[in-house]
Amino acid sequence: MSAPASAGTSKAAHSDVAPKKKKGPGALATAYLVIYNVVMTAGWLVIAVGLVRAYLARGSYHGLYYSIEKPLKFFQTGAILEILHCAVGIVPSSVVLTGFQVMSRVFLTWAVTHSVREVQSEDSVLLFVTAWTVTEIIRYSFYTFSLLNHLPYLIKWARYTFFIVLYPMGVTGELLTIYAALPYVQKTGLYSVTLPNKYNFSFDYHTFLILTMISYIPLFPQLYFHMMRQRKKVLGHVEDYSKVE
Amino acid sequence: IRHSYVEILDAKTKDKLCFLDKVEPNATIGEIKSMFHKSHPQWYPARQSIRLDPKGKSLKDEDVLQNLPVGTTATFYFRDLGAQISWVTVFLTEYTGPLLIYLMFYFRVPFIYAPKYDFTTSKHWVVHLACMCHSFHYVKRLLETLFVHRFSHGTMPLRNIFKNCSYYWGFAAWMAYYINHPLYTPPIYGEQQIRLALIIFLFCQIGNFSIHIALRNLRPPGSKTRKIPYPTKNPFTWIFLLVSCPNYTYELGSWLGFTLMTQCVPVAFFTLVGFIQMTVWAKGKHRSYLKEFRDYPPLRSPILPFIL
Repeated sequence: MSAPASAGTSKAAHSDVAPKKKKGPGALATAYLVIYNVVMTAGWLVIAVGLVRAYLARGSYHGLYYSIEKPLKFFQTGAILEILHCAVGIVPSSVVLTGFQVMSRVFLTWAVTHSVREVQSEDSVLLFVTAWTVTEIIRYSFYTFSLLNHLPYLIKWARYTFFIVLYPMGVTGELLTIYAALPYVQKTGLYSVTLPNKYNFSFDYHTFLILTMISYIPLFPQLYFHMMRQRKKVLGHVEDYSKVE
Repeated sequence: IRHSYVEILDAKTKDKLCFLDKVEPNATIGEIKSMFHKSHPQWYPARQSIRLDPKGKSLKDEDVLQNLPVGTTATFYFRDLGAQISWVTVFLTEYTGPLLIYLMFYFRVPFIYAPKYDFTTSKHWVVHLACMCHSFHYVKRLLETLFVHRFSHGTMPLRNIFKNCSYYWGFAAWMAYYINHPLYTPPIYGEQQIRLALIIFLFCQIGNFSIHIALRNLRPPGSKTRKIPYPTKNPFTWIFLLVSCPNYTYELGSWLGFTLMTQCVPVAFFTLVGFIQMTVWAKGKHRSYLKEFRDYPPLRSPILPFIL
């Protein structure tokens, strides 16, 4: 069984297996992350299949949101766990960046699409749901394969290429949906607090949504060009080979 | 006199930036920085980080050349810290903003509230009291910056002034907007609540000031020495028995008092954010104390007695 020399021997042997890598997640964390990413891949596949089936059944793009509403809410909200993964350290990403990305998705799912019933039948919802679905299927399978150290080049290529179209597509869908929600929010005063009240606080959700839309202007290009740079770094060697005559 | 030679290399590119000959062995890093500044006028001493190792810690201005592990020719690595601004300048700017901004809302300067309220005053006396407390707080901070605090670092990176001023000025405007609003609602428990809040506020202001004075007296003028702070004859400093950074404890107390006084959510939010930031600073300071002084009193917590 374990050598009497020291209890740490087995741990040392384990880390010797991957000598070049930095201290990554332990075996237990890796197993958990594989399961998490497999489940998420499956979840978004369910949403993709749901969309296709509903389209074939109805024969139109209209109102497909209702056919995948529940799994969308479940799996998109579940992504909040990814913030925890960063905070605990089993994933080497920034908590703030991940938090921001996940919460913006959760915001759109719950605080806009779920909360303002009238936008649920808008085509813009289908636009961003489709973009999210394709992106997430690729992303989660990318993570799964990476964790298992068996990443097919196709998945890596897809992850760093599809975004070129999917990102603007998703952003367009999101912005159009928020824009569609504006008149209803203003009319009903949804999530808004007015003065006077004993907390001496006010909040206008309508104005907040407009500010959110404006914030896409500085934020989206930064994220988009970050992915472009990552693409060059990760896929860059393809161009080098093609340069060799 | 046996002179030393100093060569300064860029920490990232390892390029030779400067070679100084005829350097006195008892020269300080500060003096070497001044000499380097002469050959590279764009890098004033405050933005120079001089180290023995490209990835190592910065040497201090007071370090003496001959006491460092170098031969007759010392090789130093230089990193540009970026444009610097003095702590005093930053403090004065970030504190003057809230003082003036709050007053603009208090006097209901045009374009903030509906035109019929321009230059009117609130009918609630707690609003006047709040203005006095808020203004007193920032005047106190300005005076302490000018006459009490002894800063160990002269400067900080220039971008900090934009970050810090956005924080202080932004929150001041947000709070002041609601407290001085024509539709402001005074505290539910009325006079009792306001009186209690005022007592807490004043107690903590005096406490905070006492700590600042005690910390100043730890350090003789012009020196950068660090000592363990201990309770003095002033009862407000007895909290040093339980807490490493009682200045932050009292600051939290002051803002809790102000929140109670104004019963305003934005003030509560500002208090919370400030508390989080001060806790981070207190924990850091507490850790440095423990690292530097082996006889550091074990009973002390960073910011809240026994809790945090």
